[in-house]
Amino acid sequence: MTEAPDRYWRAAEPKAAYDVVIVGAGGHGLATAYYLAKNHGITDVCVVEKGWLGGGNMARNTTVIRSNYLWDESAAIYEHSLKLWEGLEEALEFDMQFSQRGVLHLVHDLGSRRSSMRLVNANLLNGIDAEWLDAQQVKEFCPIMNVSPDVRYPVIGGTLQRRGGIARHDKVAWAFATRASELGVDIVEHAEVTGFARGPEGAVTGVETSRGTIRANKVALVAAGHSSVLASMAGLRLPIQSRPLQALVSALYQPVLNCVVMSNAVHVYVSQADKGELVMGAGIDAYNSYAQRGSFHVIEHQMAAAVELFPMFAHARMLRSWGGIVDVSPDASPIIGPTGIPGLFINCGWGTGGFKATPASGWALAETIAMGEASALARPYALERFSTGALIDEHGAAGVAH
Amino acid sequence: MLRIPCPWCGPREEIEFRYGGQAHLAYPDNPGSLSDAEWADFLFMRDNPKGVWAERWMHNAGCRRWFNVVRSTVDHRISASYPMGAARPPEGDA
Amino acid sequence: MGSRRMEAGGSGVDREAPLHFTFDGVAYIGLAGDTLASALLGNGVDVVCASPILGRPRGVVSAGVEEAGAFVEVSEPWLDPIVPATAVELVDGMVAVGRPGVGVLPDDAAGASAADHRHLHVETLVVGGGISGLRAAREATGRVLLVDERHWLGGTSPASTAIDAQIAELMGREDTTLMTRATAAGIYDDGYVLVYERSEPIARLWHVRAARVVLATGAHERPIAFADNDRPGVMLASAARIYAERFGVLPGERAVVFSNGPSGLESALALHEAGVVIAAVLDVGPPSRSRVDRLRAAGVDVRTGWAASGTIGDPRLEAVHAVGPGGETEMFEADLLAVAGGWNPAVQLWRGINGGLRYDEATACFLPEGAGPPWLEITGAATGEGIDPVEPYWYTPAEDLSHHYVDLQRDSTVADVLAATGRRLRSTEHVKRETYIGTAIDQGRTSGVLTAAIVNGALGAGPGAQGPTNARPPYTPVPYSVLAGLDRGPRLLDPVRTTPIHSWHVARGAPFENVGQWKRPWYFPAAGEDLNAAVHRECLAVRTGVGIMDASTLGKIAIVGPDASVFLDRLYANRMSTLAVGSIRYGLMLGLDGMVFDDGVVMRLADDRFLVTTTTGGAARVLDHMEEWLQTEWTDLRAYCTSVTEQWSTIAMNGPRARDVLTALGTSFPVDATSFPFMTWRGGEVAGTPVRVARVSFSGELAYEINVPGWYGLSMWEAVMAAGAAHGITPYGTESMHVLRAEKGFVIVGQDTDGTVTPRDLGMSWIVRKDDSDFIGKRSLQRSYIVRPDRKQLVGLLPVEPDQLLPEGAQLVEHDTGVIPMSMVGHVTSSYTSPILGRTFALAMVDAGRARHGQTLYAPLPGGTIAVEVTAPVFYDPEGARRDG
Repeated sequence: MTEAPDRYWRAAEPKAAYDVVIVGAGGHGLATAYYLAKNHGITDVCVVEKGWLGGGNMARNTTVIRSNYLWDESAAIYEHSLKLWEGLEEALEFDMQFSQRGVLHLVHDLGSRRSSMRLVNANLLNGIDAEWLDAQQVKEFCPIMNVSPDVRYPVIGGTLQRRGGIARHDKVAWAFATRASELGVDIVEHAEVTGFARGPEGAVTGVETSRGTIRANKVALVAAGHSSVLASMAGLRLPIQSRPLQALVSALYQPVLNCVVMSNAVHVYVSQADKGELVMGAGIDAYNSYAQRGSFHVIEHQMAAAVELFPMFAHARMLRSWGGIVDVSPDASPIIGPTGIPGLFINCGWGTGGFKATPASGWALAETIAMGEASALARPYALERFSTGALIDEHGAAGVAH
Repeated sequence: MLRIPCPWCGPREEIEFRYGGQAHLAYPDNPGSLSDAEWADFLFMRDNPKGVWAERWMHNAGCRRWFNVVRSTVDHRISASYPMGAARPPEGDA
Repeated sequence: MGSRRMEAGGSGVDREAPLHFTFDGVAYIGLAGDTLASALLGNGVDVVCASPILGRPRGVVSAGVEEAGAFVEVSEPWLDPIVPATAVELVDGMVAVGRPGVGVLPDDAAGASAADHRHLHVETLVVGGGISGLRAAREATGRVLLVDERHWLGGTSPASTAIDAQIAELMGREDTTLMTRATAAGIYDDGYVLVYERSEPIARLWHVRAARVVLATGAHERPIAFADNDRPGVMLASAARIYAERFGVLPGERAVVFSNGPSGLESALALHEAGVVIAAVLDVGPPSRSRVDRLRAAGVDVRTGWAASGTIGDPRLEAVHAVGPGGETEMFEADLLAVAGGWNPAVQLWRGINGGLRYDEATACFLPEGAGPPWLEITGAATGEGIDPVEPYWYTPAEDLSHHYVDLQRDSTVADVLAATGRRLRSTEHVKRETYIGTAIDQGRTSGVLTAAIVNGALGAGPGAQGPTNARPPYTPVPYSVLAGLDRGPRLLDPVRTTPIHSWHVARGAPFENVGQWKRPWYFPAAGEDLNAAVHRECLAVRTGVGIMDASTLGKIAIVGPDASVFLDRLYANRMSTLAVGSIRYGLMLGLDGMVFDDGVVMRLADDRFLVTTTTGGAARVLDHMEEWLQTEWTDLRAYCTSVTEQWSTIAMNGPRARDVLTALGTSFPVDATSFPFMTWRGGEVAGTPVRVARVSFSGELAYEINVPGWYGLSMWEAVMAAGAAHGITPYGTESMHVLRAEKGFVIVGQDTDGTVTPRDLGMSWIVRKDDSDFIGKRSLQRSYIVRPDRKQLVGLLPVEPDQLLPEGAQLVEHDTGVIPMSMVGHVTSSYTSPILGRTFALAMVDAGRARHGQTLYAPLPGGTIAVEVTAPVFYDPEGARRDG
């Protein structure tokens, strides 16, 4: 058992007004609050959460951490995040079971090999660790994998980021929450935002919640899955669609899988948690949904491929499946920054890949809120890019992304 | 597995269909007259309600026709399906 | 048959059918109808395994899937690495060992349960074959399916002739199917239910679509926590009763019954009747007068207001500590402690489809709340029906709660729960994630409600303030091999698409490349050749003689109708309406975002008839794109699309001697350059076979693409090979095709483009029409970021050292500073050694590439930096003089 702190975050009673209100106590919202306090000395902050802390996508993701994205803008924010991860347990004095066991992206066809090499080379020149392994080297790194040519889509190689890995998602949320709370941030659970208080020139001057109105100089929306719901309360339209993303765990088994394995071609991504469960993710369901569940065939379709890739998994038993609600954006990249409505900021659109960005997303939003304008990390992710055409298309690198 | 009521083939399994997102988005009459922001509104901005809305589906493995469906994004219940080009039926009509 | 098997009784076992099994290396005998748990108990095996974390001895605590104590690995006659002993049906020859909650996966898939995926449509699906389920099935009409996870019907009720009669009646109905050993694993939208049936010889994963689903899933008894309540010999009272009545097994000879509520007293009576000596009944709940009287009349010591406070024994139970209402204590010798804490309706399937719960004060449990979807009903004990009112009693108070086990599979105790709330965790979801209570195979069936009650109490709230944590499918664990089904292996995992000429390529020994689902010949090695040698020979053959390639996989779509040309005009960046009948034009198709999304040639067959080709991988996408615009936006256009990819085989002859081969084949039309110009097609016969021949060239050489109906694909290929033999005709594959087209600067969409590239980026502004007619993508091309001159543009690269081969995907920099990070200006999209040029070359996308011709750039790579000169993206025959031969 890992050691827990003496006390987790305070259950605060909301005050009438704060400097900053953050909507959403998920990983990104809590990280934002923490970095506002820690980096900028802004502690008059309230995080409002409609449910239980960290109970959205933060509670139900497959915890993959990596920074091997293609474009310079993505490299900047995801690698900043990974560097923060590397010091996070020490900075927050909290055991998060952070394990840099390596993330392996498998390649099954020549086209994917080409785009993988493009990614590896871009990573290396951006100072991100990346290497290409041929099929034999993949087998040496991950011995339980089947790299035989006698399957439908044989493994022909893969890219490896050794510094990638996993962490225990709940602990991450609780770490940010506890330390932010100690720095003076108020965290208010079971307070659902139902609207915005507006002032002159349409500025947002606070939030209306199920626990009363809270005024604020700045309000930041950090509620993945419900970004459009909140935005529409402010009359803001987003290019976001909410889709189910499912995942599943197995019963507990002795350690067999030593790294994270992802395969876009056969739609498998899997790791094994410390406790022994195999954690497997599925692709996005096709349709818009807020139900936190999806269709079973999405999980079923990947199972044959998973068992071909890891024959011993045939004997594993699926124990539990669930779903989250992810913000799907047109270029598989987030939206961070001011909204054009005075006083209102947004951080959304992380799709299937938000967990790994938790520290840097909070960092970038915090500095953006503190400066009152998009910071260098956030600027490329402005909502305006959809008008100018300056999209940051990470569909390749994000893939089934996690 | 949703069960989608194709207006021509009847109710069929979700895997026979392709999803088409928000319904009733008309291509602008004169794209050349729109600003970049207005064009972006058509190209990218979308409704994304938590509740009942109209969306498009195509019966990919069947008649291959596009049609519209009224469905709740909260509990997935489908309350209507109607041909492309038809108006969304008022609530309560199937 | 074991020391604890009763001499008579056991409605579910067959004393005439003994079964041999081995557990932890010791041989035993059980009976047909036993579970592994009942057989172990019958043989006096009380310690089944160790607990996962603390290594404490554990035994059987239940008679069903709520089991949290006894876990085993079965290795014969099948392999199951970790499973509760109560869920294993005993078979002859079974070999099993106890396992502490964690399974060991073997090295391979051998012995994994296979399952066939089946589908079923019914009017009514009843989940649960107990009394309520049987009633629901009898009352249903139409096709009825009833499933129960156990290997018998009747649920947990004692067997009776009445139940037998109901089962027999249902079995006699033609439209009713009864499935035992069948678990409803999950309920999904619109009556879609997954049922895992452990049938022989192969299991089945049923995908059931039911108009109506009735949940008759019953309820699970819950325990009470007290010190050392995990000792082998402590079990649920209803389970002890089931072992006696159904299996003819006494889980102990001398029992204490710890009861809260009438059901525990009923279990005590049943155990007494089965021959267990009841040392005492500790009746902590409000007294049920009649049952207490009956027990006392039978000579049983009933202690009203008493509770179990601890256990003694090593490893199994030997005595029970009890505490009275005034604090007085007493010890009772016993080898069985049957605990009855109340009942929890089995609502997991209901909750999995977002069904709600409410706390019921009277029965101190959580009942389903709300209507749920219209096709879903719940009946019987799952609704609380038949559950007696009780006062909640969750655990025996004590100073030290650190051995009051709440979740046996997580070795978590009441103290652990209170420690979590003490650390300010307030939600049952948070407490679950801190203590891991409820996350094991039993998924909190005996621990969830208890934990919620403890948390609520610690917060000073009522016992129902928060419910137990959410339930999710599957109801019980399902093997991955079962979920994977039988569509596996090199041929079934995904359809394999081959052309009609495939067998020829196989016979020739060509290795294949996967292009989507297609198998395309990659190269045709002669004896002793590797890829490079084969490609060298194939390319030179095309440039100096004639090559033949199977291009059948390219997408082909027939567009027919009075508005076909208008339609195509709107789809392509260039106009197709101006194409003459008999001519061919290359087209670029853009997405609404202005990015290149596919390309191909368009043949005009008639005023109202076109044949469009697409990339191999883009065919379905392009057809869907066409249909979407026709059906949703341009509904007035009379244009009809038909996929004809499979209907036509395409044999491409490329090379200066291609005309000679065509002549040798014999054609019904003239083939001289004047009669049959470039970018036109001719219909007629070749070698006596109906064809359409197109003069299009992906190599830049004189080329003819012979299109024949697919049935003639192989015979035409063979005819071309025969006619071409005298001209040294050489089959070539995708690798050579790539080299040849790249030498000419022809892009491959999806390789040289990545969805972010416009025509102008490719240097193909010439193809975008200049008039003011609209086409898909036009408006997006005018966006501010898209018209910038410094965007990535297609260029050619010549390595300064002509034998250095750039890897595809290499990134390019202006200055190789050797210091990371280095600012990148582009990347290599295609790179080859050119046999005809005798050197390497590449295509790349580079920022403001067209302004850099003549500049030197660098590709820093792990093996060293390659310097390259930027050039125009065409390396061979830039004037296009070779295409007429």
